[in-house]
Amino acid sequence: MGLANSLDAYLVLSGGLFAIGTFGFLARRNAISMLMSIELMLNAVNLAIIAFGAFIPDFAADASVIALMVMAVAAAEATVGLAIIIAIYRNRKTPLVDEYDAMRR
Amino acid sequence: MRAWLYLIAAGVAGAIITTPALLVLVFAGGSVDDALFAALGTLMLVSALAVVTMRDIIRCGLAMIVSFLALAGIYVIVGAPLVAAAQVIVYIGAISVLILFAIMLTQSKAGPASLVFQTQAAPAAIAAIVLAVLIALGVSATDWGELARRTRLSTDALARVLFDEFVLPFEVVSVLLLAAVIGGVFIAKREEEPD
Repeated sequence: MGLANSLDAYLVLSGGLFAIGTFGFLARRNAISMLMSIELMLNAVNLAIIAFGAFIPDFAADASVIALMVMAVAAAEATVGLAIIIAIYRNRKTPLVDEYDAMRR
Repeated sequence: MRAWLYLIAAGVAGAIITTPALLVLVFAGGSVDDALFAALGTLMLVSALAVVTMRDIIRCGLAMIVSFLALAGIYVIVGAPLVAAAQVIVYIGAISVLILFAIMLTQSKAGPASLVFQTQAAPAAIAAIVLAVLIALGVSATDWGELARRTRLSTDALARVLFDEFVLPFEVVSVLLLAAVIGGVFIAKREEEPD
């Protein structure tokens, strides 16, 4: 029973990646960095789904299908998110989220 | 002089990645799969940390590509080769390139901002560490029931499930992608100057 054959190892790895993504989303100032952190979190969830699929026999094929769907949704999310960031950058000339204060003044 | 620095940095990075693999292989008596898992997992976590901590955002984007590549390797080890191929094509080929383009479109001429993190960075770090510890504890405390390690899922079986049982979600996702493309073009296109 080695590392590559234990479900716990995959899930702990996935949890670590998700926590790193959470930190990046909460702490970075740049909007694109926040989007990259979201991608890291989506990857962590995908890893957990694939790991469950590899260890639970009834879930084998379904897990891969769900992971592929998550990838497609992530691509859609990246497209719209980056378009919004570029549209905001065109108006405010900065990618830093703490300078988007039009609704606070 | 710069070249020597880069060489030393590459050596240190290689040592960080191969050390856990060698530890697993030699001292814990693991198989080659275990060593590969340790190396790729370390590479993925280290490059993900680089993504969220480095100052130059272009380097963050490149580190993100390394992280995605390591994750594709882990998919191969766990026995999902088609998902690994999709990871390389979709994440590295499409999403990373999109993000790199957006970085280049939004970089100001003054270079990277002097402050990388917001003021809540320290609480965010504590929250993230607590989250990781909680997940690890929850995973190790849970009894997952009957587990059976499956070595590899054939692409044939996956395709049968995808286009038989999951046809409707597949079509819905394609409509979602179309909507996202149209929406992205509409939001990002330059507005006409009113005369």
